[in-house]
Amino acid sequence: MATLREIRNRIGSIESTQQITKAMKMVSSAKLRKAQDRILALRPYAYELRNVIRHLVALIEDVSSLPLIRKRPVNKALIVVVTSDRGLCGAFNSNIIRTVIKRLNEYSQTDTSLYIIGRKGYEYFSRRDKHIEKYKPEVFQDICFDNAARIARDLVSLYLNGGYDRIEIVYNEFKSAIQQNVIHEQFLPFEPEEESEEGASESVSKVDFLYEPDKATLVNQLIPKNLNIQFWRILLESNAAEQGARMTAMESATDNAEELIHQLTIYYNRTRQAAITKELSEIVGGANALKES
Amino acid sequence: MAGLNIEILTPFGKIYTDEIKSCIIPGMLGQFQVLKDHASLLAAVDIGMITIEEKNGKKITLATSGGYCEVENNKIKLIVESAEKADKINIERAKDAKTRAEERLCSKQSGLDSDRAKVALARALNRLKIAGLKI
Repeated sequence: MATLREIRNRIGSIESTQQITKAMKMVSSAKLRKAQDRILALRPYAYELRNVIRHLVALIEDVSSLPLIRKRPVNKALIVVVTSDRGLCGAFNSNIIRTVIKRLNEYSQTDTSLYIIGRKGYEYFSRRDKHIEKYKPEVFQDICFDNAARIARDLVSLYLNGGYDRIEIVYNEFKSAIQQNVIHEQFLPFEPEEESEEGASESVSKVDFLYEPDKATLVNQLIPKNLNIQFWRILLESNAAEQGARMTAMESATDNAEELIHQLTIYYNRTRQAAITKELSEIVGGANALKES
Repeated sequence: MAGLNIEILTPFGKIYTDEIKSCIIPGMLGQFQVLKDHASLLAAVDIGMITIEEKNGKKITLATSGGYCEVENNKIKLIVESAEKADKINIERAKDAKTRAEERLCSKQSGLDSDRAKVALARALNRLKIAGLKI
């Protein structure tokens, strides 16, 4: 049985841990609000831009002149893994890693490399026997469009000149403060067929559109721009999701600490009461012994 | 949907959405005006000035940094990189951007950098011009 002092020390240490988790929760909920505003503002723009391209690409008969759309036989694939730099965010990173591993197993015949964003993914995969094409830490320290565009350009040049025939991205999508979805998406070649849920009949009515300048020029301008924006969206999604995951994780850590403190306090009081009772019965016993003699 | 509707989307959110009378858009191949029952159109938008005429006849001027414009079924969707109302333009920032772009152009680098500087300069000048119109 633990002594009273031991229990007291334990309660104290749990309390200070709880203070830390509480503070971390506050920090990430403040960061979450900011991240959430940014992603929610960007989303309509990003989706709309993607729809415009889908609409255009669907009308172009000869895709072979567009290297970013044309499909090639996949000999080498690249998976972009978007993880966080810091831990303590629940299953945020392990969900990503699990999806990537599953994908790697499916790709066992293809030569697959990884492009890792965020330290946590690197920590995991650097110890495994996997070819890492590039590793970008601390993208999330200061996310700005220029950084996202730089990485997107890098990916495009890897696709065009680096021998990769297919680039996929695995990231966490921000659903709500308490929910993240792991999304596995093809980045390149650009997939126009993936019709949005509502718009199956939409494409038919788009025949008699006016185009200014012509379709091919529009597409050529739009696609790189769209890739930058989509990648930026992915970074913002992941950032918001990370803050959300951390907030939830820290909240439940705080709650667990609370519960633990509660149980320990009860145990502490019981032990203390037991000691008092024991002492009393010893005194009473001693007094009785004196009386009898 | 009786009249002509407009929606301006930027990476920083939906800037403006309303029913309007007309809208003048700086297209890549020249400025054009969209009125009710305009033909379906998809156009590249250049750096320049968007003028919206609201239902009550009031005119709104916005500075844009280019993007795309889709018109269909009396709905204009402007998907642009930025759209700022004339009175909301950050003049200091635009001036800074202008000096920065000019410096970069003067340092005579060629290729991609100089192209980007040219575009940045055009954006800054456009902002300053439109901000100047409305003071």
